[in-house]
Formats: sequence, structure tokens, C-alpha cells
Amino acid sequence: MHIVVCIKQVPDSAQIRVHPVTNTIMRQGVPAIVNPYDLFALEEALRLKDQFGGRVTVLCMGPPQAEDALRKCVSFGATDAILVTDRSFAGADTLATSYALAAAIRKISQEQQVDLVFTGKQTIDGDTAQVGPGIAKRLNMNLLTYVSRIVEVDLDKRRIKVERRAEGGVQLLDTTLPSLITMLEGTNEMRFATMDDMLRAGRCTVRKWNKDDAGIEDVTKIGLKGSPTVVSKVFGPTPRSEKADMMVVADTSVNDVCLNLLQKIFTTHPTLEEETVERLSA
Amino acid sequence: MSEAAKPAARPTAARGRNTELPEHLKSYKGIWVFVEHDRGHVNPVSWELMGEARKLADKLGVDVSGVVMGGPDETLDAFAKEAYVYGADHCYIMRDPVLKGYRNEPFTKGLTDLVNQYQPEILLLGATTMGRDLAGSVATTLGTGLTADCTELNIDGRALAATRPTFGGSLLCTIMTLAYRPQMATVRPRVMRMPKRDESRTGDIIEMSLGMVETDIVTKLLSFIPDAERNTVNLAYADIIVSGGKGLKNADNFKLVWELARVLGAEVGATRAAVQAGWAENERQVGQTGKTVRPRLYIAAGISGAIQHRVGMEGSDVIVAINTDPNAPIFDFAHYGIVGNAMQVLPVLTQAFRAHLDKRIRKVA
Repeated sequence: MHIVVCIKQVPDSAQIRVHPVTNTIMRQGVPAIVNPYDLFALEEALRLKDQFGGRVTVLCMGPPQAEDALRKCVSFGATDAILVTDRSFAGADTLATSYALAAAIRKISQEQQVDLVFTGKQTIDGDTAQVGPGIAKRLNMNLLTYVSRIVEVDLDKRRIKVERRAEGGVQLLDTTLPSLITMLEGTNEMRFATMDDMLRAGRCTVRKWNKDDAGIEDVTKIGLKGSPTVVSKVFGPTPRSEKADMMVVADTSVNDVCLNLLQKIFTTHPTLEEETVERLSA
Repeated sequence: MSEAAKPAARPTAARGRNTELPEHLKSYKGIWVFVEHDRGHVNPVSWELMGEARKLADKLGVDVSGVVMGGPDETLDAFAKEAYVYGADHCYIMRDPVLKGYRNEPFTKGLTDLVNQYQPEILLLGATTMGRDLAGSVATTLGTGLTADCTELNIDGRALAATRPTFGGSLLCTIMTLAYRPQMATVRPRVMRMPKRDESRTGDIIEMSLGMVETDIVTKLLSFIPDAERNTVNLAYADIIVSGGKGLKNADNFKLVWELARVLGAEVGATRAAVQAGWAENERQVGQTGKTVRPRLYIAAGISGAIQHRVGMEGSDVIVAINTDPNAPIFDFAHYGIVGNAMQVLPVLTQAFRAHLDKRIRKVA
């Protein structure tokens, strides 16, 4: 079984700061990590490899330093790693990204047929959840998003059965290979890297593909040129026009502050009080 | 790899690409809303979007249409009638046995065919598991731009200006699709206000057939297992929410949030940091990657108020913030602010509400 897992290297969003005056991102010193959602996809792929044998190829599009993220995935047990990196990819939106990744997967498939492609549910920096469906459409693969459980894979019949999270319930879907799965978070727990894999990750060659290596046919479909969306404005949040009614605990006792707050809320919003009493009485 | 990955410091990133709308796309007119329904019920997000579409359409001077797709035994005409009540002028209905229960393949083909045939300039979908699955597929098939999880929609010139948080929620960016049609966007439930019903409104129906048979479709929907627990967390529609963040320091202190919530008959919410620390379940996360809420009262304890959290709760009627840092961003958009230690304030506030409400409840009884 040959599985491709698409990952992204992202800045650890918890540590991003915005310059208070210029409203620009201060990236210095912010550590880059493997998009946390992608690890659920990787673990699920590794489990299938444990069960059926075969290989797991991790694929990433990004700048040269994204190699670190790929090595991390190898240390968890991925077989090999490919970084698609080229200046012409810069500025890609989700449509252009899915074009480049789909081309690379097609290329990987020429080396060994791909049975499954995994992605995370979404990234923590873009949060769009659009690249997975985009790749599936471009490769004409069956799309299975928000998968919470892989129920069964039958390699002989080339079928797969999964549970897919939907609004208010779970869909049980049955389809054929090859398929693209976007894995839901919290569905598994990433294994610990073994000493062997960690050593292998340090030694392994991360293959670097430029746009030609990745089999990009139409350069107007990648990078900024291939991106229909245009960022027209970036701005910081605006404060509410009226200032908040502020109470400082140090100035007076906590009890006074709390009683004062309660009075203010219920006096200004009497229906809120009525409804709360009603709900509690019921 | 997304809009957010573009250089933030250089807002007008048109460098060397065509941002002019080609002549053949200028005939695309009108705003469409995909009406999402499941087992007899329309997802309220569709009506929230219908209200927003109406406002945008009035600015553009165009019509609003609902797109209703489903099986022949589903009440699609009734959904269309509802769509008019919430602001639609027309409804496109696609009825086919293979459209019963959502599957990507037939819905992608159906919606793509409808767009190609009737050419709307804007197409809006709910950012649900269905809407995001479908929007990503349709946008790729059509080769057009799609902006996910918008928190604000506007018209700039004649184009859709879709605003969403970016870079983990520290900034907002406005994204436009200038040279492609339709312009697509998804919006999460509860981000937009539910529009008022206007029972006098009616509209017309345009039917189109899908032209697919079950044997064309590879993926089979074997069954739907409804969530067993009916009493799952219903944060999005809660009247009062008490939320806790990193400032609470540990899981034990987070229990104070629960106590206040119990006294108020409220739901408990949490920031991403609090959920990641394991103090609250996933489904309690409020914010860009969690739920969007619009309660009457939102009490934020130990929450700094990063945009990521803000976009999930700023639609609340009354926001109370408790934070030790008087410069915390949450005080920029809270209605009432308490500068103080949440661990110290919460128990006292809980006691104050308990005493007050007990008195009122006894009076009622």
C-alpha cells in the first residue's frame, strides 16, 4: 500500500505577535512546527502501513526550511519525504496550492501507484480546509473529508469504508481506492518516535523538487499568478466605539465590584434577568 | 498555501497578474445561497446567509437565489418557500434520488452545472462539514476563488470583499476574487444575524435535472448514525456562556467557570489554549477554529481577547471580561470590564448571582 500524506510547516500560531504600530506579523523567533492537524493524518497513515505494509510518503510544499517538518514526520515513521519548493510557488492561495500538490502526487504515482492521500482537516495558519478537497478534484480521487474512523480497507477489492463526521451525526461511506482522506482531529494519538526512526530521519535525504521536477505543466496555475483570490487589505481589529465600563478590583473590595456588576447588567438588561430566572425555575 | 499565507505586509498583492474581470464573465449576475438541509431540516446557517445575501444584493441591485438540492421525497418546495421568507427572490431546485443524503460527487456536479448554466456572481455556503466539503470541490472544478470562514461580507466596487481572521487570528484580512466568477465564500453558523421573517415574500422556482444515475457514483452512503447524545453541548445557541482562558492557570481553577455557569444556567466555553491544556472538551472551544456564539451574556474569565477568540463571540449582546491586565485587548470590545484576578473574582461573582437569583426564583415560586 502506498500512502501520500500532505503536510504543511506552519508558524506556531500561539507564539505569533503583531507589531502594535505597523500591524505586521513579527515572525522572528516564532518556531515552525508541523501543522498539528496533519499529525492525525500521518498517524492514521502509519497505522495502515503497520497493518498492510507498504510505504508512507510525506509531501510538503513550502520554503527550503520546511525540510525540518518533513524530517520530523520521518522520525515518526514515514518512509520517505518530498519537498516541493520553488520561488514560483510563492503567494499561492488554496487553488494554486492544490494544483501544485496534485501535480506532485501524480509524479509520485509514476514511481509507485498511490492508493490513498491523507491531509489534515485544515491548517492552523490558514484554517481554510480547502486544499484537501482541491487535490481530490484535480486527481479525480474520491473525496472523504472529516473522517473520524477508517472502518475497513480491502486492498484486493480496492475498497475503503470510513465514518465521516457530519452535522448532527456520522455518515458511513463506502468507496473505492484511490481516495483522499482529510482526517479529523482527536481521532488518534501520534506515536512516540523510535530511536531507529529518529536516526533515520537525521540521515535520510529529503528529495527537493522544483516546479519542473514536480511535473507542473501550466505555470500560470501556480503561485500568485494562479491564485484567483487577492488580499486587498490587512488590518488590526477595531475597538468598539464606546469604551467598556471598567471596574478595578484593587480600588474597592471584590464583593462590591461583583454586586455592582450584577446590578448594572440586570438594570440595563432586565429581560436577561427575567429569562435567566425563568430558565432556572423550569 | 492559503490566502493567509500571502504577504501580510503588502496588502495589494496584484504583482503581475490580471485583476480585470474578463468580458465573458461580466454577464454573471445575482447572489446565490446554498440551502443546506438534512433529514427534513434546513441548517439555520443557510437563512443567516440568506439575510446577508439580501443586504449585499440590494447594494448591487441584483436578485438573491436559494439553491436547494435533495431527493424526490424530501420537502424541497417547502424549503424554497422558507428561502423566500428569509429574502430569496428565486430558488433553483435539483431533485434526484442520488441527492438524498449528502455526497460530494453528485452535489459537486449538480452545483457546478447550475453555476455554469445560470451564472451567479456570488455563491455563499455555510462553513459546515457539508459546506466546506462542497465549496472546496466546486471552486476547484470551476477554477475560481474561495474565501473560507468569513466574518464579514461587503461590496467594494462591484466585487465581494470577504473579511476573515488571518495568521492565527492576530489580524483581519479582506480578500477579493477580481478576475474570476463566481466569487465564493463560506461563513460559519452564527457569524451572521438571523434575518427577520417576511411572510409576505414569495418567489419563483427554476428546476434543473442532475443527469446522473446511482451507478455513476462510486461512493455509497451506507448509513447515517445520528449523534447518540441529544444533550450534547449546544454552545452556538446558548443564552449565557461563561468562558475561561489561559489566565485561569490550571484545570482546578477552571472549575470556577463551571460553578458560575451552573448558577446562571449557562453553558461553559473555553479558548483554544484552555482546550489544548485539557481543561475543557473540544466542543466547548469558542473562536475561529471552534464555535461562533451569540449569547445574550458572555462572561470571559482570564481571556486576553486575541482576534481568534474575538471573532467567535463578539456578536454577543453583553460581554463581561475579567482580566488582570488592564491593557488586555478584550477590554477593547467588552461592555463591562473587571480588572482583577479571575480566580478571586469568579467565586464572589458566583455567590452574588446565586444570592440574587435565589431570591428572585423564590419570589416566582
